[in-house]
Amino acid sequence: MNSPWETVIGLEIHAQLATKSKIFSGASTAYGAEPNTQACAVDLGLPGVLPVLNEEAVRMAVIFGMAIEAHIAPYSVFARKNYFYPDLPKGYQISQMELPIVGIGHLDIDVDGVTKRIGITRAHLEEDAGKSLHENFHGLTGIDLNRAGTPLLEIVSEPEMSSAKEAVAYMRKMHELVRYLGICDGNMQEGSFRCDANVSVRPKGQKEFGTRAEIKNINSFKFVEKAINHEVERQIELIESGGRVVQETRLYDSVKDETRSMRSKEEANDYRYFPDPDLLPVLIDEDFKALIKARLPELPQAKKQRFKEQYELDDENATLLTSSRALADYFELVVKEAASPAKICANWVTGELLAALNKAGLEITDSPVSHERLAGLLKRISDDTISGKIAKQVFEALWLGTATADEIIEDQGLKQITDTGAIEAIIDRIMADNMGQVEQYRSGKDKVFGFFVGQVMKEMQGKANPGEVNKMLKAKLK
Amino acid sequence: MSLTADNVKKIAHLARLGIEQQDVASYAKDLSGMLALMTQMGDVVTDGVEPMAHPMDQAQRLRADQVTEQDNREKFQSIAPQVEAGLYLVPKVIE
Repeated sequence: MNSPWETVIGLEIHAQLATKSKIFSGASTAYGAEPNTQACAVDLGLPGVLPVLNEEAVRMAVIFGMAIEAHIAPYSVFARKNYFYPDLPKGYQISQMELPIVGIGHLDIDVDGVTKRIGITRAHLEEDAGKSLHENFHGLTGIDLNRAGTPLLEIVSEPEMSSAKEAVAYMRKMHELVRYLGICDGNMQEGSFRCDANVSVRPKGQKEFGTRAEIKNINSFKFVEKAINHEVERQIELIESGGRVVQETRLYDSVKDETRSMRSKEEANDYRYFPDPDLLPVLIDEDFKALIKARLPELPQAKKQRFKEQYELDDENATLLTSSRALADYFELVVKEAASPAKICANWVTGELLAALNKAGLEITDSPVSHERLAGLLKRISDDTISGKIAKQVFEALWLGTATADEIIEDQGLKQITDTGAIEAIIDRIMADNMGQVEQYRSGKDKVFGFFVGQVMKEMQGKANPGEVNKMLKAKLK
Repeated sequence: MSLTADNVKKIAHLARLGIEQQDVASYAKDLSGMLALMTQMGDVVTDGVEPMAHPMDQAQRLRADQVTEQDNREKFQSIAPQVEAGLYLVPKVIE
Protein backbone atom coordinates (compact mmCIF):
# COMPACT_ATOMS: atom_id res chain seq x y z
CA MET A 1 0.00 0.00 0.00
CA ASN A 2 1.56 3.22 -1.12
CA SER A 3 -1.01 5.81 -0.23
CA PRO A 4 0.07 9.46 -0.11
CA TRP A 5 -2.08 9.74 3.02
CA GLU A 6 -1.24 9.12 6.63
CA THR A 7 -3.83 8.21 9.25
CA VAL A 8 -3.85 9.61 12.78
CA ILE A 9 -5.95 7.91 15.44
CA GLY A 10 -6.57 8.62 19.10
CA LEU A 11 -8.90 6.55 21.26
CA GLU A 12 -11.06 7.41 24.24
CA ILE A 13 -11.93 4.27 26.12
CA HIS A 14 -14.70 4.12 28.69
CA ALA A 15 -14.14 1.34 31.20
CA GLN A 16 -16.93 0.72 33.66
CA LEU A 17 -15.35 0.22 37.07
CA ALA A 18 -16.31 -3.00 38.83
CA THR A 19 -17.64 -1.46 42.03
CA LYS A 20 -20.69 -2.80 43.84
CA SER A 21 -22.30 0.61 44.27
CA LYS A 22 -22.40 3.76 42.13
CA ILE A 23 -19.75 6.41 42.06
CA PHE A 24 -21.77 8.98 44.03
CA SER A 25 -24.58 6.95 45.62
CA GLY A 26 -25.26 3.68 47.43
CA ALA A 27 -27.42 2.23 44.63
CA SER A 28 -26.37 -1.10 43.14
CA THR A 29 -24.52 -1.28 39.82
CA ALA A 30 -25.53 -4.88 39.06
CA TYR A 31 -26.37 -5.36 35.40
CA GLY A 32 -29.74 -6.52 34.13
CA ALA A 33 -32.09 -5.39 36.91
CA GLU A 34 -35.68 -4.31 36.26
CA PRO A 35 -35.72 -0.74 34.88
CA ASN A 36 -35.24 2.03 37.45
CA THR A 37 -35.07 -0.30 40.45
CA GLN A 38 -31.45 0.67 41.00
CA ALA A 39 -31.82 4.41 40.58
CA CYS A 40 -31.96 6.29 43.89
CA ALA A 41 -32.65 9.96 44.62
CA VAL A 42 -29.02 10.93 43.91
CA ASP A 43 -29.04 9.13 40.54
CA LEU A 44 -32.37 10.76 39.65
CA GLY A 45 -30.99 14.19 40.46
CA LEU A 46 -33.80 15.00 42.88
CA PRO A 47 -33.49 18.33 44.72
CA GLY A 48 -31.56 18.37 47.97
CA VAL A 49 -29.35 15.36 47.38
CA LEU A 50 -25.57 15.40 47.56
CA PRO A 51 -23.06 13.11 45.87
CA VAL A 52 -20.57 11.23 48.07
CA LEU A 53 -17.58 9.73 46.29
CA ASN A 54 -17.04 5.95 46.32
CA GLU A 55 -13.61 5.09 47.73
CA GLU A 56 -13.32 1.95 45.63
CA ALA A 57 -13.72 3.92 42.39
CA VAL A 58 -10.83 6.17 43.45
CA ARG A 59 -8.74 3.16 44.42
CA MET A 60 -9.37 1.51 41.03
CA ALA A 61 -8.41 4.67 39.15
CA VAL A 62 -5.16 4.82 41.13
CA ILE A 63 -4.43 1.14 40.43
CA PHE A 64 -4.90 1.84 36.75
CA GLY A 65 -2.64 4.88 36.93
CA MET A 66 0.11 2.83 38.55
CA ALA A 67 -0.23 0.11 35.92
CA ILE A 68 0.40 2.57 33.08
CA GLU A 69 3.21 4.23 35.06
CA ALA A 70 1.32 7.49 35.16
CA HIS A 71 1.48 10.40 37.52
CA ILE A 72 -1.26 10.10 40.15
CA ALA A 73 -2.64 13.54 40.93
CA PRO A 74 -2.33 14.34 44.64
CA TYR A 75 -5.16 16.86 44.09
CA SER A 76 -7.92 16.26 41.58
CA VAL A 77 -11.21 17.99 41.00
CA PHE A 78 -14.67 17.00 39.74
CA ALA A 79 -16.39 19.25 37.23
CA ARG A 80 -19.85 19.52 35.75
CA LYS A 81 -20.22 18.87 32.05
CA ASN A 82 -23.45 20.56 31.08
CA TYR A 83 -25.82 19.30 28.43
CA PHE A 84 -29.47 18.36 28.15
CA TYR A 85 -30.60 14.84 27.45
CA PRO A 86 -33.40 12.92 29.15
CA ASP A 87 -31.13 10.10 30.33
CA LEU A 88 -29.07 12.69 32.23
CA PRO A 89 -31.56 13.92 34.86
CA LYS A 90 -29.35 16.55 36.51
CA GLY A 91 -28.66 18.37 33.25
CA TYR A 92 -24.95 17.76 33.80
CA GLN A 93 -22.59 14.84 34.04
CA ILE A 94 -20.12 14.83 36.90
CA SER A 95 -16.73 14.34 35.29
CA GLN A 96 -13.21 15.69 35.58
CA MET A 97 -11.80 18.35 33.31
CA GLU A 98 -8.76 20.35 34.32
CA LEU A 99 -7.40 18.21 37.12
CA PRO A 100 -7.96 14.50 36.32
CA ILE A 101 -6.93 11.82 38.79
CA VAL A 102 -4.50 10.06 36.41
CA GLY A 103 -1.97 12.00 34.36
CA ILE A 104 0.39 11.10 31.53
CA GLY A 105 1.24 7.40 31.15
CA HIS A 106 1.75 4.85 28.40
CA LEU A 107 0.89 1.40 27.10
CA ASP A 108 3.06 -0.77 24.84
CA ILE A 109 1.34 -2.59 21.99
CA ASP A 110 2.67 -5.27 19.65
CA VAL A 111 1.78 -5.09 15.97
CA ASP A 112 3.35 -7.52 13.49
CA GLY A 113 6.10 -8.36 15.95
CA VAL A 114 7.04 -4.72 16.54
CA THR A 115 6.49 -3.05 19.91
CA LYS A 116 5.15 0.48 19.85
CA ARG A 117 4.62 2.72 22.85
CA ILE A 118 1.31 4.59 22.85
CA GLY A 119 1.09 7.63 25.08
CA ILE A 120 -1.87 8.03 27.40
CA THR A 121 -2.82 11.64 27.95
CA ARG A 122 -4.98 11.15 31.01
CA ALA A 123 -7.62 9.05 32.70
CA HIS A 124 -10.44 10.55 34.68
CA LEU A 125 -13.39 9.44 36.77
CA GLU A 126 -16.94 10.22 35.74
CA GLU A 127 -20.49 8.96 36.04
CA ASP A 128 -22.34 7.13 33.29
CA ALA A 129 -25.73 8.33 31.99
CA GLY A 130 -28.94 6.30 31.87
CA LYS A 131 -30.36 4.49 28.86
CA SER A 132 -32.89 5.74 26.33
CA LEU A 133 -35.17 3.22 24.68
CA HIS A 134 -36.72 4.51 21.50
CA GLU A 135 -38.94 1.58 20.50
CA ASN A 136 -42.53 0.68 21.25
CA PHE A 137 -43.63 3.57 23.41
CA HIS A 138 -46.18 5.06 21.02
CA GLY A 139 -43.94 7.85 19.86
CA LEU A 140 -42.34 8.51 23.25
CA THR A 141 -38.91 7.60 24.58
CA GLY A 142 -38.53 5.31 27.60
CA ILE A 143 -35.83 6.13 30.15
CA ASP A 144 -34.09 3.59 32.39
CA LEU A 145 -31.79 5.24 34.92
CA ASN A 146 -30.27 2.10 36.44
CA ARG A 147 -27.00 2.84 34.68
CA ALA A 148 -27.00 6.52 35.69
CA GLY A 149 -24.18 7.10 38.16
CA THR A 150 -22.23 3.95 37.33
CA PRO A 151 -18.52 4.75 37.71
CA LEU A 152 -16.51 5.08 34.51
CA LEU A 153 -12.85 5.57 33.93
CA GLU A 154 -12.31 7.46 30.69
CA ILE A 155 -8.88 6.70 29.30
CA VAL A 156 -7.66 9.13 26.65
CA SER A 157 -4.78 8.18 24.39
CA GLU A 158 -2.46 10.48 22.49
CA PRO A 159 -3.17 10.61 18.72
CA GLU A 160 -0.32 8.17 18.18
CA MET A 161 -1.87 5.26 16.33
CA SER A 162 -1.46 5.24 12.58
CA SER A 163 -3.69 2.37 11.46
CA ALA A 164 -6.90 0.59 12.39
CA LYS A 165 -4.72 -2.41 13.22
CA GLU A 166 -2.79 -0.43 15.81
CA ALA A 167 -6.02 0.92 17.26
CA VAL A 168 -7.37 -2.60 17.66
CA ALA A 169 -4.11 -3.77 19.25
CA TYR A 170 -4.29 -0.86 21.70
CA MET A 171 -7.92 -1.52 22.54
CA ARG A 172 -7.25 -5.23 23.09
CA LYS A 173 -4.24 -4.52 25.26
CA MET A 174 -6.23 -2.07 27.33
CA HIS A 175 -9.08 -4.55 27.62
CA GLU A 176 -6.62 -7.17 28.87
CA LEU A 177 -5.10 -4.73 31.34
CA VAL A 178 -8.29 -3.52 33.02
CA ARG A 179 -9.53 -7.08 33.40
CA TYR A 180 -6.15 -8.20 34.66
CA LEU A 181 -6.19 -5.46 37.28
CA GLY A 182 -9.69 -6.53 38.27
CA ILE A 183 -11.06 -2.99 37.87
CA CYS A 184 -13.46 -3.72 34.97
CA ASP A 185 -15.23 -6.88 33.88
CA GLY A 186 -14.59 -5.98 30.23
CA ASN A 187 -18.00 -7.18 29.11
CA MET A 188 -18.41 -5.38 25.80
CA GLN A 189 -21.89 -6.68 25.09
CA GLU A 190 -23.15 -5.10 28.29
CA GLY A 191 -21.27 -1.89 27.48
CA SER A 192 -18.72 -2.23 30.29
CA PHE A 193 -15.91 -1.45 27.86
CA ARG A 194 -16.49 0.80 24.86
CA CYS A 195 -14.55 3.35 22.86
CA ASP A 196 -14.74 6.50 20.78
CA ALA A 197 -12.20 6.94 17.99
CA ASN A 198 -10.81 10.27 16.81
CA VAL A 199 -9.74 9.83 13.22
CA SER A 200 -8.03 12.20 10.81
CA VAL A 201 -5.87 11.96 7.71
CA ARG A 202 -3.07 14.18 6.43
CA PRO A 203 -0.64 14.10 3.49
CA LYS A 204 2.39 11.98 4.39
CA GLY A 205 5.10 14.07 5.96
CA GLN A 206 2.82 16.94 7.00
CA LYS A 207 3.30 18.01 10.60
CA GLU A 208 -0.10 19.53 11.32
CA PHE A 209 -3.04 17.23 12.01
CA GLY A 210 -5.96 17.12 9.60
CA THR A 211 -9.47 17.89 10.83
CA ARG A 212 -10.74 14.98 12.86
CA ALA A 213 -14.05 13.23 13.11
CA GLU A 214 -15.07 11.42 16.27
CA ILE A 215 -16.72 8.02 15.91
CA LYS A 216 -18.86 7.30 18.94
CA ASN A 217 -19.62 4.26 21.04
CA ILE A 218 -17.85 1.41 19.36
CA ASN A 219 -18.34 -1.72 21.40
CA SER A 220 -16.41 -4.48 19.64
CA PHE A 221 -12.88 -5.06 18.37
CA LYS A 222 -14.23 -5.98 14.96
CA PHE A 223 -16.21 -2.76 14.67
CA VAL A 224 -13.35 -0.51 15.76
CA GLU A 225 -11.28 -1.79 12.87
CA LYS A 226 -14.09 -1.57 10.33
CA ALA A 227 -15.32 1.81 11.54
CA ILE A 228 -11.86 3.37 11.37
CA ASN A 229 -11.06 1.90 7.97
CA HIS A 230 -14.35 3.11 6.64
CA GLU A 231 -13.87 6.60 8.09
CA VAL A 232 -10.34 6.90 6.69
CA GLU A 233 -11.60 5.96 3.26
CA ARG A 234 -14.44 8.46 3.49
CA GLN A 235 -12.12 11.30 4.49
CA ILE A 236 -9.57 10.57 1.75
CA GLU A 237 -12.27 10.36 -0.91
CA LEU A 238 -13.78 13.58 0.37
CA ILE A 239 -10.49 15.50 0.25
CA GLU A 240 -9.40 14.04 -3.10
CA SER A 241 -12.65 15.12 -4.66
CA GLY A 242 -12.07 18.66 -3.51
CA GLY A 243 -14.10 18.54 -0.29
CA ARG A 244 -13.14 19.32 3.26
CA VAL A 245 -13.53 17.24 6.45
CA VAL A 246 -15.66 18.95 9.07
CA GLN A 247 -15.14 18.38 12.76
CA GLU A 248 -18.14 16.37 13.88
CA THR A 249 -19.38 13.35 15.74
CA ARG A 250 -20.20 10.33 13.63
CA LEU A 251 -21.94 7.10 14.48
CA TYR A 252 -20.78 3.76 13.10
CA ASP A 253 -23.59 1.66 11.66
CA SER A 254 -22.37 -1.93 11.77
CA VAL A 255 -25.24 -3.18 9.62
CA LYS A 256 -24.53 -0.84 6.70
CA ASP A 257 -20.78 -0.70 7.46
CA GLU A 258 -20.64 3.07 7.27
CA THR A 259 -20.34 6.07 9.55
CA ARG A 260 -22.88 8.85 9.48
CA SER A 261 -23.09 12.27 11.01
CA MET A 262 -24.72 12.27 14.45
CA ARG A 263 -25.30 15.88 15.32
CA SER A 264 -24.44 18.95 13.37
CA LYS A 265 -25.19 21.61 15.97
CA GLU A 266 -21.75 23.01 16.72
CA GLU A 267 -22.94 24.32 20.10
CA ALA A 268 -23.60 20.73 21.14
CA ASN A 269 -19.94 20.62 22.14
CA ASP A 270 -20.16 23.70 24.33
CA TYR A 271 -20.29 21.90 27.67
CA ARG A 272 -19.43 24.89 29.88
CA TYR A 273 -17.42 22.85 32.37
CA PHE A 274 -17.01 24.28 35.86
CA PRO A 275 -15.87 22.77 39.18
CA ASP A 276 -18.73 20.91 40.89
CA PRO A 277 -19.52 22.85 44.05
CA ASP A 278 -21.08 19.71 45.60
CA LEU A 279 -17.78 17.89 45.64
CA LEU A 280 -14.51 18.83 47.30
CA PRO A 281 -11.10 18.20 45.80
CA VAL A 282 -9.91 14.60 46.09
CA LEU A 283 -6.63 14.37 47.96
CA ILE A 284 -4.47 11.32 47.45
CA ASP A 285 -1.55 11.08 49.81
CA GLU A 286 1.48 8.84 49.88
CA ASP A 287 -0.10 6.50 52.47
CA PHE A 288 -3.11 5.85 50.24
CA LYS A 289 -0.82 5.15 47.30
CA ALA A 290 1.49 2.92 49.35
CA LEU A 291 -1.47 0.80 50.48
CA ILE A 292 -2.56 0.33 46.88
CA LYS A 293 0.94 -0.34 45.64
CA ALA A 294 1.33 -3.15 48.16
CA ARG A 295 -1.81 -4.78 46.78
CA LEU A 296 -0.95 -4.20 43.12
CA PRO A 297 -0.66 -7.53 41.29
CA GLU A 298 2.38 -8.36 39.21
CA LEU A 299 1.67 -6.57 35.93
CA PRO A 300 1.22 -8.46 32.64
CA GLN A 301 4.44 -7.17 31.09
CA ALA A 302 6.53 -8.08 34.13
CA LYS A 303 4.82 -11.45 34.45
CA LYS A 304 5.43 -12.24 30.80
CA GLN A 305 9.13 -11.46 31.21
CA ARG A 306 9.32 -13.62 34.33
CA PHE A 307 7.56 -16.52 32.57
CA LYS A 308 10.10 -16.35 29.75
CA GLU A 309 13.02 -16.43 32.16
CA GLN A 310 11.78 -18.66 34.96
CA TYR A 311 9.98 -21.22 32.79
CA GLU A 312 11.98 -20.76 29.58
CA LEU A 313 8.83 -20.22 27.55
CA ASP A 314 8.79 -18.77 24.06
CA ASP A 315 7.21 -15.39 23.44
CA GLU A 316 3.96 -16.81 22.09
CA ASN A 317 3.27 -19.06 25.06
CA ALA A 318 4.37 -16.42 27.57
CA THR A 319 2.05 -13.85 25.98
CA LEU A 320 -0.89 -16.22 25.89
CA LEU A 321 -0.44 -17.48 29.44
CA THR A 322 -0.19 -13.98 30.89
CA SER A 323 -3.16 -12.63 28.94
CA SER A 324 -5.33 -13.12 32.02
CA ARG A 325 -4.42 -13.36 35.66
CA ALA A 326 -6.59 -16.44 36.18
CA LEU A 327 -4.87 -18.29 33.33
CA ALA A 328 -1.40 -17.33 34.56
CA ASP A 329 -2.26 -18.49 38.07
CA TYR A 330 -3.67 -21.75 36.74
CA PHE A 331 -0.50 -22.42 34.77
CA GLU A 332 1.77 -21.73 37.74
CA LEU A 333 -0.27 -24.06 39.95
CA VAL A 334 -0.03 -26.80 37.32
CA VAL A 335 3.75 -26.43 37.10
CA LYS A 336 4.10 -26.54 40.86
CA GLU A 337 1.83 -29.54 41.27
CA ALA A 338 2.99 -31.57 38.27
CA ALA A 339 6.70 -31.28 38.98
CA SER A 340 7.10 -31.64 35.20
CA PRO A 341 9.06 -29.48 32.77
CA ALA A 342 7.28 -26.11 32.52
CA LYS A 343 7.38 -26.29 28.74
CA ILE A 344 5.23 -29.43 28.69
CA CYS A 345 2.81 -27.82 31.15
CA ALA A 346 2.63 -24.69 28.99
CA ASN A 347 1.95 -26.70 25.85
CA TRP A 348 -0.88 -28.59 27.52
CA VAL A 349 -2.48 -25.50 29.01
CA THR A 350 -2.27 -23.43 25.82
CA GLY A 351 -2.97 -26.46 23.61
CA GLU A 352 -5.49 -29.07 24.69
CA LEU A 353 -6.98 -27.13 27.59
CA LEU A 354 -7.49 -23.75 25.90
CA ALA A 355 -8.81 -25.44 22.75
CA ALA A 356 -11.37 -27.36 24.79
CA LEU A 357 -12.34 -24.24 26.75
CA ASN A 358 -12.73 -22.19 23.57
CA LYS A 359 -14.83 -24.89 21.99
CA ALA A 360 -17.10 -25.01 25.02
CA GLY A 361 -17.15 -21.21 25.35
CA LEU A 362 -15.78 -21.39 28.89
CA GLU A 363 -13.34 -19.24 30.83
CA ILE A 364 -10.38 -20.75 32.64
CA THR A 365 -12.11 -20.12 35.95
CA ASP A 366 -14.93 -22.47 34.84
CA SER A 367 -12.60 -25.19 33.58
CA PRO A 368 -13.98 -28.65 34.31
CA VAL A 369 -10.37 -29.83 34.58
CA SER A 370 -8.87 -28.39 37.75
CA HIS A 371 -5.16 -27.63 37.94
CA GLU A 372 -4.70 -30.66 40.22
CA ARG A 373 -6.29 -33.04 37.74
CA LEU A 374 -4.32 -31.68 34.78
CA ALA A 375 -1.12 -31.89 36.83
CA GLY A 376 -2.01 -35.52 37.63
CA LEU A 377 -2.05 -36.25 33.91
CA LEU A 378 1.21 -34.43 33.23
CA LYS A 379 2.95 -36.43 35.96
CA ARG A 380 2.08 -39.63 34.15
CA ILE A 381 3.47 -38.28 30.89
CA SER A 382 6.69 -37.23 32.55
CA ASP A 383 7.28 -40.58 34.22
CA ASP A 384 6.49 -42.46 31.00
CA THR A 385 3.44 -44.22 32.40
CA ILE A 386 1.53 -43.15 29.30
CA SER A 387 2.47 -41.88 25.85
CA GLY A 388 1.55 -38.46 24.53
CA LYS A 389 -1.09 -40.02 22.29
CA ILE A 390 -2.79 -41.87 25.14
CA ALA A 391 -2.54 -38.69 27.22
CA LYS A 392 -4.97 -36.96 24.86
CA GLN A 393 -7.42 -39.78 25.42
CA VAL A 394 -7.01 -39.39 29.19
CA PHE A 395 -7.50 -35.64 28.87
CA GLU A 396 -10.82 -36.18 27.18
CA ALA A 397 -11.93 -38.37 30.06
CA LEU A 398 -10.72 -35.72 32.53
CA TRP A 399 -12.78 -33.13 30.69
CA LEU A 400 -15.94 -35.22 30.64
CA GLY A 401 -15.80 -36.77 34.11
CA THR A 402 -14.54 -36.28 37.61
CA ALA A 403 -12.01 -39.11 37.89
CA THR A 404 -8.31 -38.42 38.34
CA ALA A 405 -5.79 -39.25 35.63
CA ASP A 406 -4.52 -42.21 37.64
CA GLU A 407 -8.03 -43.64 38.01
CA ILE A 408 -8.69 -43.25 34.28
CA ILE A 409 -5.39 -44.89 33.33
CA GLU A 410 -6.08 -47.75 35.71
CA ASP A 411 -9.72 -48.25 34.70
CA GLN A 412 -9.12 -48.17 30.98
CA GLY A 413 -5.86 -50.10 31.16
CA LEU A 414 -3.91 -47.39 29.40
CA LYS A 415 -0.60 -47.94 31.08
CA GLN A 416 2.30 -47.90 28.67
CA ILE A 417 3.75 -51.37 28.19
CA THR A 418 7.36 -51.30 29.21
CA ASP A 419 7.61 -55.06 29.44
CA THR A 420 10.16 -55.61 26.68
CA GLY A 421 9.21 -59.27 26.46
CA ALA A 422 5.66 -58.42 25.42
CA ILE A 423 6.84 -55.92 22.82
CA GLU A 424 9.40 -58.36 21.51
CA ALA A 425 6.78 -61.06 21.01
CA ILE A 426 4.64 -58.73 18.97
CA ILE A 427 7.55 -57.56 16.85
CA ASP A 428 8.47 -61.16 16.11
CA ARG A 429 4.96 -61.96 15.03
CA ILE A 430 4.64 -58.91 12.79
CA MET A 431 7.97 -59.63 11.14
CA ALA A 432 6.92 -63.23 10.48
CA ASP A 433 3.66 -62.06 8.92
CA ASN A 434 5.37 -59.47 6.71
CA MET A 435 8.49 -61.13 5.39
CA GLY A 436 8.26 -59.19 2.14
CA GLN A 437 8.65 -55.87 3.95
CA VAL A 438 11.45 -57.29 6.07
CA GLU A 439 13.33 -58.16 2.89
CA GLN A 440 12.72 -54.70 1.48
CA TYR A 441 14.07 -53.04 4.60
CA ARG A 442 17.12 -55.23 4.66
CA SER A 443 17.84 -54.40 1.02
CA GLY A 444 18.05 -50.75 1.97
CA LYS A 445 14.48 -49.41 1.76
CA ASP A 446 14.53 -47.45 5.01
CA LYS A 447 11.03 -46.12 4.46
CA VAL A 448 9.50 -49.45 5.35
CA PHE A 449 10.60 -48.87 8.92
CA GLY A 450 7.62 -46.57 9.51
CA PHE A 451 5.31 -49.39 8.46
CA PHE A 452 6.67 -51.64 11.21
CA VAL A 453 6.39 -48.93 13.88
CA GLY A 454 2.81 -48.36 12.84
CA GLN A 455 1.94 -52.04 12.96
CA VAL A 456 3.46 -52.53 16.39
CA MET A 457 1.78 -49.46 17.86
CA LYS A 458 -1.54 -50.52 16.38
CA GLU A 459 -1.17 -53.98 17.82
CA MET A 460 -0.39 -52.49 21.22
CA GLN A 461 -3.20 -49.93 21.01
CA GLY A 462 -0.79 -47.07 21.44
CA LYS A 463 0.33 -48.27 24.82
CA ALA A 464 3.93 -48.99 23.91
CA ASN A 465 6.64 -46.47 24.49
CA PRO A 466 7.49 -45.29 20.95
CA GLY A 467 11.16 -44.81 21.80
CA GLU A 468 11.41 -48.33 23.11
CA VAL A 469 9.63 -49.77 20.07
CA ASN A 470 11.98 -47.94 17.69
CA LYS A 471 15.03 -49.21 19.47
CA MET A 472 13.87 -52.81 19.54
CA LEU A 473 12.68 -52.80 15.93
CA LYS A 474 16.00 -51.46 14.71
CA ALA A 475 17.84 -54.22 16.54
CA LYS A 476 15.53 -56.96 15.25
CA LEU A 477 15.43 -55.85 11.64
CA LYS A 478 19.15 -55.58 11.29
CA MET B 1 -15.61 42.11 28.39
CA SER B 2 -19.00 42.92 27.07
CA LEU B 3 -21.59 40.50 25.72
CA THR B 4 -23.38 40.89 22.40
CA ALA B 5 -27.02 40.11 21.77
CA ASP B 6 -25.91 36.94 19.95
CA ASN B 7 -23.88 35.82 22.99
CA VAL B 8 -26.94 36.20 25.16
CA LYS B 9 -29.13 34.23 22.76
CA LYS B 10 -26.57 31.46 22.56
CA ILE B 11 -26.23 31.20 26.34
CA ALA B 12 -30.01 31.15 26.69
CA HIS B 13 -30.26 28.39 24.12
CA LEU B 14 -27.57 26.30 25.85
CA ALA B 15 -29.38 26.67 29.15
CA ARG B 16 -32.74 26.03 27.44
CA LEU B 17 -34.11 29.33 28.68
CA GLY B 18 -36.88 30.99 26.69
CA ILE B 19 -36.16 34.71 26.73
CA GLU B 20 -38.10 37.47 25.03
CA GLN B 21 -36.46 39.29 22.17
CA GLN B 22 -37.26 42.62 23.83
CA ASP B 23 -35.27 41.61 26.95
CA VAL B 24 -32.07 40.61 25.14
CA ALA B 25 -30.48 44.05 25.27
CA SER B 26 -31.04 44.51 28.98
CA TYR B 27 -29.73 41.00 29.74
CA ALA B 28 -26.64 41.79 27.70
CA LYS B 29 -26.11 44.96 29.71
CA ASP B 30 -26.62 43.29 33.11
CA LEU B 31 -24.46 40.27 32.33
CA SER B 32 -21.73 42.49 30.93
CA GLY B 33 -21.81 44.43 34.18
CA MET B 34 -21.26 41.23 36.16
CA LEU B 35 -18.37 40.25 33.93
CA ALA B 36 -16.87 43.69 34.45
CA LEU B 37 -16.93 43.07 38.19
CA MET B 38 -15.13 39.74 37.65
CA THR B 39 -12.54 41.48 35.51
CA GLN B 40 -12.03 44.01 38.28
CA MET B 41 -11.39 41.18 40.75
CA GLY B 42 -8.86 39.81 38.29
CA ASP B 43 -6.70 42.85 39.04
CA VAL B 44 -6.03 41.64 42.59
CA VAL B 45 -2.52 40.22 42.87
CA THR B 46 -2.93 36.56 43.82
CA ASP B 47 0.57 35.30 43.00
CA GLY B 48 1.57 32.66 45.53
CA VAL B 49 -1.98 32.27 46.85
CA GLU B 50 -3.27 28.71 46.50
CA PRO B 51 -6.80 28.35 45.18
CA MET B 52 -9.24 27.43 47.94
CA ALA B 53 -12.01 24.90 47.41
CA HIS B 54 -13.61 25.18 50.84
CA PRO B 55 -13.40 27.80 53.58
CA MET B 56 -12.53 25.11 56.14
CA ASP B 57 -9.86 23.69 53.82
CA GLN B 58 -11.60 20.32 53.66
CA ALA B 59 -10.99 17.45 51.26
CA GLN B 60 -13.57 15.14 49.72
CA ARG B 61 -14.73 12.40 52.08
CA LEU B 62 -14.94 8.95 50.59
CA ARG B 63 -17.60 6.38 51.31
CA ALA B 64 -17.14 2.61 51.48
CA ASP B 65 -18.28 0.71 48.40
CA GLN B 66 -21.50 -0.72 49.80
CA VAL B 67 -25.00 -0.93 48.42
CA THR B 68 -27.12 1.01 50.89
CA GLU B 69 -30.09 2.01 48.73
CA GLN B 70 -33.32 0.05 48.42
CA ASP B 71 -35.62 -0.05 45.43
CA ASN B 72 -37.97 2.93 45.71
CA ARG B 73 -39.13 2.96 42.13
CA GLU B 74 -42.81 3.09 42.99
CA LYS B 75 -42.36 6.12 45.20
CA PHE B 76 -40.20 7.98 42.68
CA GLN B 77 -42.48 7.19 39.77
CA SER B 78 -45.58 8.35 41.62
CA ILE B 79 -44.53 11.95 40.86
CA ALA B 80 -43.50 11.29 37.23
CA PRO B 81 -45.85 12.60 34.53
CA GLN B 82 -45.83 9.34 32.57
CA VAL B 83 -44.39 5.87 33.17
CA GLU B 84 -44.72 2.53 31.44
CA ALA B 85 -43.12 -0.87 32.04
CA GLY B 86 -40.99 0.67 34.79
CA LEU B 87 -39.63 3.33 32.44
CA TYR B 88 -40.00 7.10 32.64
CA LEU B 89 -41.57 8.30 29.40
CA VAL B 90 -40.40 11.52 27.77
CA PRO B 91 -41.02 13.17 24.40
CA LYS B 92 -39.08 11.45 21.63
CA VAL B 93 -35.53 12.78 21.48
CA ILE B 94 -34.17 11.09 18.38
CA GLU B 95 -35.20 11.95 14.83
